[in-house]
Amino acid sequence: MESLRTIWFFFQDQILGMKWLNALIGRGLEALGLDPDGLWGGILQFFLYDTIKIFVLLSLLIFGISYIQSYFPPERTRKILGRFRGLGANTLAALLGTVTPFCSCSSIPLFMGFTSAGLPVGVTFSFLISSPMVDLGSLVLLMSVFGGRVAVVYVVLGLVIAVVGGTLLDRLGMERYVEDFIRNAPRIETESAALTRHDRVLYARDQLLATIRKVAPYIFLGVGVGAVIHNVIPQTWVETVLGDGNPLAVVLATLVGIPMYADIFGTIPVAESLLFKGAGLGTILSFMMAVTTLSLPSMIMLRKAVKPKLLGAFIAVCTVGIILVGYFFNFFQQFLL
Amino acid sequence: MEILVVGAGCASCDKVYVDTREAVKELGLAAEVRKVEDLVEMVRMGIMSVPALVLDGRTISAGRTISKNQIKALLEQETK
Repeated sequence: MESLRTIWFFFQDQILGMKWLNALIGRGLEALGLDPDGLWGGILQFFLYDTIKIFVLLSLLIFGISYIQSYFPPERTRKILGRFRGLGANTLAALLGTVTPFCSCSSIPLFMGFTSAGLPVGVTFSFLISSPMVDLGSLVLLMSVFGGRVAVVYVVLGLVIAVVGGTLLDRLGMERYVEDFIRNAPRIETESAALTRHDRVLYARDQLLATIRKVAPYIFLGVGVGAVIHNVIPQTWVETVLGDGNPLAVVLATLVGIPMYADIFGTIPVAESLLFKGAGLGTILSFMMAVTTLSLPSMIMLRKAVKPKLLGAFIAVCTVGIILVGYFFNFFQQFLL
Repeated sequence: MEILVVGAGCASCDKVYVDTREAVKELGLAAEVRKVEDLVEMVRMGIMSVPALVLDGRTISAGRTISKNQIKALLEQETK
């Protein structure tokens, strides 16, 4: 048992967390005459270590995940979901949301495709909530930064928000607030093309390159902000605003995060350094969820497909869910880290 | 022959449109390339992931930002 634990921690810290890289960079900086414990040495070390770590993990992840995703094009997901009813359908939608390839500019065509095929609006929303919030990539990155327990609980709670949120929107009778042109659209069954293994590898490679190109600016920005927080902002500030001292920290972090648009990979370095400075675990996870799930651009897009009431209900359900998750994590922080 | 490039509101959709036009020109195909940005039309066509390429009513690529060379290869294969 003890040896299993050792192996797991080695995997978590050295393979996923690449702690050896941090030590190596620290020594390299010292050799160049920079003190890793000083201001600039510290900023540089954090920046180099985090950027390299995230890009390496990201590349491996996106490739592997895209390969899996090539088995679940939206057409297939829709077909699978059509066979289920009730809570089962919502749960499956949330799970498939984690593996269906999805970019924000596809959210509207996808929403329309699901709805016009007769899927209940709640099932579609379960999918739309889980898709940006929880993906396989975030699971591995969270493991690398916060450890396995936090990562698993984050994913599980993310799925719970998606299932409960979707079900709730259904129960509230939100079906009628979908724009009429979608409800009246004819039902079309489309088949997705059959892929060979070579096609899947090509697809995974294309996804990898496209994703890196798309998220690179967010990662540099995120790591940059993270490095500054990590080394410049006084601990007492962070503790006062985002730590135990402020009972409204979770609400604050969520509301600040909602209009922002960033990839989960860009938010992790910010979260990492805030945690280091004494912010509550739940507070920063709420911030991450809010940034990835709700953003101004995605709301403007969604507004084209749904009426204001449904959009409002969607935002409200997500916000409340994210805030509850934040308090949950803050309450159980000592058992999870 | 009619080629539709489906997708609105993102940079990759615009890029695929420009690349498709060039690919058609370079291959010397007698094809009309049109951009579909209307949501209602998208639903009617059953497109769920963008950018998508539709050749004479048949979806030949969806949800992938394919390069000009890939578009050329696809068109050559499909028009053989």
